[in-house]
Amino acid sequence: MAEATLRTAPLDRTRLVQWLQTYGVYAGVAALLVVNAVITPHFLTAENFRTQAVQVAPVIIVALGMALVIGTEGVDLSVGAVMALAASVTALYLGYGLLPSLLVVALFAAGVGLANGALVAFVGVQPIVATLALMVGGRGLALVLLPQLKDLRNPSLASLGSGDVLGVPYLILIAAALALLVAFVVRRTTFGRQLLAIGDSRPAAQLAGLPVRRVLIIVYVVCALLAAVAGVLATARLRAGDPTSLGNLMELSAITAVVVGGTPLTGGRVNIGGTVAGAVLIQLLTATLIKHDLPPSWTQIAQAIVIVAAVYAARGRGKR
Amino acid sequence: MTTTNTDVPVTTASIEPPQDAHPVGSARSERLSALVQQHGASAVLLIVSMVASFSFDSFATGDNISNMATSSAFLAIVALGMTFVIVTGGIDLSVGSLFALGGVLAAWGSRHGTLVALLLPLAVCGLIGVVNGLLVARSRLAPFIVTLAAMLGARGLMLALTDEGADTYLIGKGSFLAELGQGSTLGLANPVWITLGLFVGGAVVLRRTRFGQHVYAVGGNEDAAALMGAPVARTKILVYALSGLLAGLAGALNAAWLASGVTILGSGMELEAISAVVIGGTLLTGGLGYVSGSLVGVLLLKVIQNVINQIGSLDSSYQQVVSGAFLAVVVIAQTWLGRRRQLM
Repeated sequence: MAEATLRTAPLDRTRLVQWLQTYGVYAGVAALLVVNAVITPHFLTAENFRTQAVQVAPVIIVALGMALVIGTEGVDLSVGAVMALAASVTALYLGYGLLPSLLVVALFAAGVGLANGALVAFVGVQPIVATLALMVGGRGLALVLLPQLKDLRNPSLASLGSGDVLGVPYLILIAAALALLVAFVVRRTTFGRQLLAIGDSRPAAQLAGLPVRRVLIIVYVVCALLAAVAGVLATARLRAGDPTSLGNLMELSAITAVVVGGTPLTGGRVNIGGTVAGAVLIQLLTATLIKHDLPPSWTQIAQAIVIVAAVYAARGRGKR
Repeated sequence: MTTTNTDVPVTTASIEPPQDAHPVGSARSERLSALVQQHGASAVLLIVSMVASFSFDSFATGDNISNMATSSAFLAIVALGMTFVIVTGGIDLSVGSLFALGGVLAAWGSRHGTLVALLLPLAVCGLIGVVNGLLVARSRLAPFIVTLAAMLGARGLMLALTDEGADTYLIGKGSFLAELGQGSTLGLANPVWITLGLFVGGAVVLRRTRFGQHVYAVGGNEDAAALMGAPVARTKILVYALSGLLAGLAGALNAAWLASGVTILGSGMELEAISAVVIGGTLLTGGLGYVSGSLVGVLLLKVIQNVINQIGSLDSSYQQVVSGAFLAVVVIAQTWLGRRRQLM
């Protein structure tokens, strides 16, 4: 019904709406930058940009995985729990060296992703519910493994969190590299096309003979692995394993970044550039509110409004 | 299914061609599936309770049972609203935040009298529920994302009211509100009576009213329901409003019970409520569900929690692992049972 009214509307308006849906997020980022440059003191400093970018890097990394899952018309609520799990496991195995602990983290994350993917692909459970079980179970496991915050004194972990190349922190470089990699996979590989086809219509993909189950499982495993990378990087930056609060509400931030960035929740389309910009937009919005002494509760309310507004604007896009 | 060789229908069926054998077996296994779906949770509850009362002397004591009943009451009220939402095929992730918000509003309002303390949380949480419903029904947004946003927004509102969680509002002793939450009637705590009353009411509404029929119809097949003339949008708005209202009420009663509005409550409650509803036999795909099942689901979750506490050496993080695993198992079983029924 919405489609019909859209078609009969004057062409200019349709174009404007489409333009806003695709590029609105960049316009929003630009607008926030300009507004902040004018009203926020010390905004236009390299130090501030560095801080903002380092803060947003884990969100971007989680959102990349979330974008892939949403592209298949799924959703992954367990990403925050996987971050917490990564923090716990890193803290537990750091004694054996950074690399071995990272391998164990990867194993745990792959296990969570495999469980999510199997529930969705083989059992046919709705993604929200499948990942909801691991959202709670995963954080519980993280707390069982490491009941409280633990300080980590490991030079290689510390340098991962705060080191840089020519002044650009590792965190930003890693996030940028992963974004390019995921964008390449979505746009240029068979796997990416299969993923989008499944999101477009799973029955059609099945009829076309695509390896639907395999692709779905890989997507959930990749999403969990990316969340684990974000968890390790956040842990490295904090220099502490924090299973209680690390990754709290991360699923929400990641979904918001993806949706604000123009990827429809109905699947079949993935916008990686928009997802990165979406994460930056939320980060800037939060930073703006905090810098002007508005309490954290207001930023939560503002984020809620942005989510609803973004989903509302994206309504009727994609299929249906 | 074919273990009972002496059974007459199966023997005759096995002689007849396979096409005829199929319906006989399917009717039987469908009945079995339906039975497990509807009463599986009650059976598990019975078994777990029996094992627990044999294993722990402190389990089947009057004190422990009444404690479990009281602490179940608040979750049960939330699960009641969630049942309606899930039967329409939706989901409400905002109930945990609304529970906390309801508690803070009740405690804050209690200084202006009992009426304010009770009506304020109902009004605010009910209103947020209406907004959820409007966005889901009229704007056709995905229920999980709308209610996820409401979860964030309601928690923000709650934090804004409590100076970022620093202020705790107390409920004066001896007030009617405190009596409502802490008192007991005929040996059962008042919140338990209120919960039982709400469940009876909820069951009547879902089973015996036109609105209840609409709830099932919308969850069964939305387009068919619309064609039959069921007010789809209004039904959806009402169920989300009901869910918000009940979450707020549960929060208010919980605050009255604790004598203060505690800001850290309610996180993870949406999962507990959804688990209880699903365990109780309500299908997440909508169209099928039982109010009584949700009550059994809540009791089962609380009994398992209690057992974990009794074991003692296990700390509370295990509860999260167990409830997550439990939800996964139930959902797998349910999907499997549902698929059997569809295929046959």
